Amino acid sequence: MTTISKVRYSRRAMLKAGGAAVAAAALPAPMVWGQETKNITLRQFGTGVSNLNDVALKVKEDLGFNLEMTALDTDSVTQRAATQPNSFDIADIEYFICKKVWAAGNLQAMDTSKIAQYDNIAGTFRSGLLTPESTIAQGTAPHTVGFTTGVDGTEFVQEESGWMTLIPTIYNADTLGIRPDLIGRPINNWSELLNPEFKGKASILDISSIGIMDMALVVESMGEYTYPDKGNMTKEEIDLTLGIFTEAKKNGQFRAFWKSFDESVNLMASGEVVIQSMWSPAITAVRSQGIPCVYQPLEEGYRSWGGGLGLSASLSGMELDAAYEYINWYLSGWVGGYLMRQGYYSAVPTTSKEFMSEDEWGYWYEGKESKGDIVSPTGAKLAGPGEVRDGGSFLDRMGSVVCWNSVMDENQYMVRKWNEFIAA
Amino acid sequence: MRNNSVIGWLLAAPLSLVLLVFLVLPIAMIFVVSFWGATEWSIYPAILLDNYEFLLTSDVTYRVFFNTFKYAAITWAFTLLIGFAVAYYLAFHIRSLTWQIALFLLCTIPFLTSNIIRMISWIPFLGRNGIANSTLISMGVIDEPLEWLLFSDFSVILAFVHLYTLFMVVPIFNTMMRIDKSLIEAAADSGATGWQTLRHVIIPLTKSGIMIGTIFVVALVMGDFITVRFMSGSQSANMGRLIQNDIALLQYPSASATAVILLITVLLLIGTLLRFVDIRKEL
Repeated sequence: MTTISKVRYSRRAMLKAGGAAVAAAALPAPMVWGQETKNITLRQFGTGVSNLNDVALKVKEDLGFNLEMTALDTDSVTQRAATQPNSFDIADIEYFICKKVWAAGNLQAMDTSKIAQYDNIAGTFRSGLLTPESTIAQGTAPHTVGFTTGVDGTEFVQEESGWMTLIPTIYNADTLGIRPDLIGRPINNWSELLNPEFKGKASILDISSIGIMDMALVVESMGEYTYPDKGNMTKEEIDLTLGIFTEAKKNGQFRAFWKSFDESVNLMASGEVVIQSMWSPAITAVRSQGIPCVYQPLEEGYRSWGGGLGLSASLSGMELDAAYEYINWYLSGWVGGYLMRQGYYSAVPTTSKEFMSEDEWGYWYEGKESKGDIVSPTGAKLAGPGEVRDGGSFLDRMGSVVCWNSVMDENQYMVRKWNEFIAA
Repeated sequence: MRNNSVIGWLLAAPLSLVLLVFLVLPIAMIFVVSFWGATEWSIYPAILLDNYEFLLTSDVTYRVFFNTFKYAAITWAFTLLIGFAVAYYLAFHIRSLTWQIALFLLCTIPFLTSNIIRMISWIPFLGRNGIANSTLISMGVIDEPLEWLLFSDFSVILAFVHLYTLFMVVPIFNTMMRIDKSLIEAAADSGATGWQTLRHVIIPLTKSGIMIGTIFVVALVMGDFITVRFMSGSQSANMGRLIQNDIALLQYPSASATAVILLITVLLLIGTLLRFVDIRKEL
């Protein structure tokens, strides 16, 4: 069973890489015997967005080994990566978390020559450029923390060094989610989050590195201040930003803050909140309950994030080989297609495309009108024929990214101020 | 004689060891770490006063402190009233022991489910479009949904009272059951009204139960973070929330400093409470 699926996997990889020689170079000899592989268990943890049981089931089917998934909220993920290196084999984390915890030495860099699809990984994660003409957005852009000097490298390097800190898997452009039925008018700017019209009906997420960027976009949109670099604020800028939001909080602007994405779904679906920071699958989840919810594109642009898989520093031998095999499988398309149908972008779009129908690809990636029903990976209907994705095509959305989730030089100060904001 | 004292020491040793390893050492550790420094991803030994300085010079800390006491005081008042009434009814109005035990067990049944579930089930009930609001609107009592029902101090205290009243009922009921019924007869024979009996006989005799219940409730409320987090939608905070946030953001030394301050406060509070009643004597 295992060996058969491995052969099938290799053949597919060969076809994609364009020849046996390339594939052989990219996938140095299958390393593990099928029977032994079955006893391998890889422990993966990450946020709820991509730690899906369907993936674990498919891994068992395709690769034969076990994948144990633990889904946590973003802060708990950071905490685990930094403090419990022996509790995981694979860390499914965001790039800003990587910036925070890489120096702790709990992760090992990955040899890109063992990654079959390396050349097909989106430019954003390698040179930082979406298209050759793009400018790089402010904040912790993935490529700035994506490479290091060697397997034990501690410093980030800015060129493609052959050693990746995380193998990118997923990214997206985030914006505000709204309930169009309860708002009843167009929303075009980030500043609407603090519009008194939505007093007691707004929400923002309580995850400092992400929330501060949403705040900065709101502050700029309100015309209060323009940051030289909102991805790296000074202490005064942090005070200013959180000051504006603390005042809004005291005036009762917010109904609640949320920390895990299911909380944001409940807030939105129950009508407690009509405008809030939101993530793509949360929109999907609200819609699949039959409740209208729009991932509203805004004039100022998007806040973006990227995630990838990192290897625990303690992985070695057969487990390490299995981990590489898993990562290669991850990029080979099935997971990518699954994630794309939730509204994310896969880091290797070319392989994901093969696991999506033409209509799905057109709707999610190219921003085309859907021809038939668009359904979520779990089968719930998300859109009918003739609908267009909020924000349009991949290039329209990712091309309008103005900042990335960030870890700043003054992060510790920001974190303390953030705690005060939550407690205020 | 000498032999006896050795046996005494040996008998006390297991408990002392357990307390030493699982209570004294962790607290000592927290105290030590509260002076350490933290980076993004690690903590390092040092003797820094930064953590305390940041904590004690921020007005947010004082407001959070006030909030913590406010929750404790209001919750205490409600749980005492309800707890005393329930215990009184069980102890003095129910005549048969079987019924007393049956009704008492009935009180504990909700506590067989998880704390968190009992708390979270309030959220759909109290929400803007929740059962409470839609019922009130359909009855014509209100036109607009009441916003303060959920994600407010009201909902936090409601959940606290709901969660912790039993901790008041149990010790009060226990002490009331041990009141000699002839004392109440004697009070009645001497011409005391029901109110006077309550005021001058029952309350003084249940003081120790009230005090134990008070310690439970105050310690639980002051140390809580999850109820405040969920029922206020993260809009209000108490000391526990400050600590939780710090831990989430990997600021262990700062969390330890807050924990030390909270611990000292609660100990002072309980010390003061114990001044009023000598629990050992009353038990």
